[in-house]
Amino acid sequence: MSFAWAKQYEPKTPFTKWMDEKLPLPRLVYSAVGAGYPVPRNLNYMWNFGVLAGFCLVLQIVTGVVLAMHYASNTEVAFAQTEHIMRNVSYGWMMRYAHANGASFFFIVIYLHIFRGFYFSSYKAPREMIWLLGVVIFLLMMATAFMGYVLPWGQMSFWGAKVITGLFGAIPLVGETLQTWLVGGFAPNDSTLNRFFSLHFLLPFVIAGVVILHIWALHIPGSSNPTGVEVKKESDTVPFHPYYTSKDGFGLGVFLILFTFMVFFLPNTLGHPDNYIEANPLSTPAHIVPEWYFLPFYAILRAFTGDLALFGVTLVPAKLLGVIGMFGSILVWFFLPWLDKSPVRSGNYRPLFKKFFWFGLVPTMIILTICGGLPAEEPYVVLSQIATAYYFLHFLVILPIVSQIEIPKPLPFSITEAVLGKDDDGAAQPAE
Amino acid sequence: MTIRLGGIIVGLGLTAVLLLWSLLPGVLNFALPEKPDYYAFQEENIAPEEGFSFEGPVGTWDVAQLQRGYQVYKEVCAACHSLKYVAFRNLEELAYTEAEVRAEAAAWTVPGINPETGETTTRPGLPTDQFPSPYQNDVAARAANNNAIPPDLSLMTKARKDGTNYVYSLMMGYVDPDPADQALSPEFETPEGLYFNEHFYNINIAMAPQLTPDRVSYSDGTEASVENMAADIAAFLTWTAEPSLVERKQTGWFVIGFLLFATFLAFLSYKQIWAGMKPKKK
Repeated sequence: MSFAWAKQYEPKTPFTKWMDEKLPLPRLVYSAVGAGYPVPRNLNYMWNFGVLAGFCLVLQIVTGVVLAMHYASNTEVAFAQTEHIMRNVSYGWMMRYAHANGASFFFIVIYLHIFRGFYFSSYKAPREMIWLLGVVIFLLMMATAFMGYVLPWGQMSFWGAKVITGLFGAIPLVGETLQTWLVGGFAPNDSTLNRFFSLHFLLPFVIAGVVILHIWALHIPGSSNPTGVEVKKESDTVPFHPYYTSKDGFGLGVFLILFTFMVFFLPNTLGHPDNYIEANPLSTPAHIVPEWYFLPFYAILRAFTGDLALFGVTLVPAKLLGVIGMFGSILVWFFLPWLDKSPVRSGNYRPLFKKFFWFGLVPTMIILTICGGLPAEEPYVVLSQIATAYYFLHFLVILPIVSQIEIPKPLPFSITEAVLGKDDDGAAQPAE
Repeated sequence: MTIRLGGIIVGLGLTAVLLLWSLLPGVLNFALPEKPDYYAFQEENIAPEEGFSFEGPVGTWDVAQLQRGYQVYKEVCAACHSLKYVAFRNLEELAYTEAEVRAEAAAWTVPGINPETGETTTRPGLPTDQFPSPYQNDVAARAANNNAIPPDLSLMTKARKDGTNYVYSLMMGYVDPDPADQALSPEFETPEGLYFNEHFYNINIAMAPQLTPDRVSYSDGTEASVENMAADIAAFLTWTAEPSLVERKQTGWFVIGFLLFATFLAFLSYKQIWAGMKPKKK
């Protein structure tokens, strides 16, 4: 894996030598996240979010397993059981708030990680597989988070589940049958809650598996970097440990300060008050909104308000268009490595791309997030329609065209040059 | 190449569908929804002048206020509203002694089973019991309250936006409709059996005004004004919704203090490790 100059693990004690022969697990760790993994020396703080995302996954699994010990997935008692965790379980409130806010922070981290990928074109060859696996992880995260939000069995749990499972009903011919089969009934019920709990417990471990593949795929070409220039020689890299373990340690500290601030001082700010009302299938909340991290996609879903009709014949109903738009908005990420063919990776050296990123994609996502949380009234509907249109144009039309016509800025010769301002090109590098 | 061409076609197609069939009709009908002439609902909550003791990052319970709020709950609210997630034993957190809690619990009647016959009966409460519901079931609750079920109050302040102030506002919201608004909509009237409340989302609420001056008599000499009782019950219901609120904030200070220190150390070690690697600033 990775580079010829990567340091090799050398067991020193009799025990580690014995271990290395029988099961070279320390060697694997050493080469994966230790001193044996050479990493570009010029990574900025945007490269902290991979490790942070891994931390979030572990945090969610640990808090989630503890919560599962006290929870009961039965519609008769789920809400009361959640309150039991909040009131009677020792530090149960802390576990639950850490888990609920942990989901939010996991998504904050993952969005920054994804947008880092957009800006620095981390999806480009030779890293397509890392990107594809990343999109798979994101889809799994969305499914997991959605099902987790159903478990407390509050009003938003129930009605959110009803709206989202209802989306499958939009599929022509088989939709309604499929929906009934997925839900285990005609509306969310005890069967739904049970299977959601089961899957909510299972999927994080599936995510962990795909994360291992994601990291494995990363170690073949090695990490990308802010210049987008590939590693050429040893002076371009530093060992992951201690250089990036120390930097990630600092990043983790900053992350934890922000995270614990939310957990201990504003634990319900990112949630919705209606979810402290027990689910009632007979009473619809005034506004059904998903968790904040789904809002951009919810806005895209709702942007399609008109049936596609020609001469009075409905070809595609609006609901199906919305579902296609919503799933398409993420599926399009799978094609990114082939849509953007610019040979330059980093947005820093792509003046036109950079403008579309900062003044097109980023504001579009912000508008979609805001509009997704507001009631479907004017002018928010028109705004989210324009933003949705731009969203698809950005990935499917603007990126391919920009990559054809753009004249990139000159790239540094190497990472060493980018960092030190000079690189004795070709001259033999004296060992440091 | 094929993917890019396909992408452009799909992208333009999807956008065209969106703009032609969704945006265009929307824009053609574009008109901001007109605000009704008469809109008495006060979405913005009001708060007691001096606020609540538990607000802010260092706020703590005002135990005397919580005790007064409990008294209001017991003597006024409990006639119709349950508090099913709170147990009598929790009252020890309000500085009642174990014996007082035992006596307090015994003063309530909870559903039980006759050990001789197995028939359902009632018995005095124990500290481990939860606050009982005043009604046998939802049907009885509806029948007694003009078809509206009085909601359980355990989580009320978390189940509403800005919940503590919402409870206070609702208690203070029984006013007469503004004559100016009424003049704009002369046909408006509060239906029989409902009561006008400007802080309730549909203006007319099934709960009659409860807090009248001196409805309870406080033993600590606090004046039993509507404002005081409203603030006390709002504080008490904040405690019932989140008994760990103060403990949570205090733990938070400790945790964040530790993390600030640990992060500072992490920063120093990061800087030390990288000291030789970063180019000198010119």
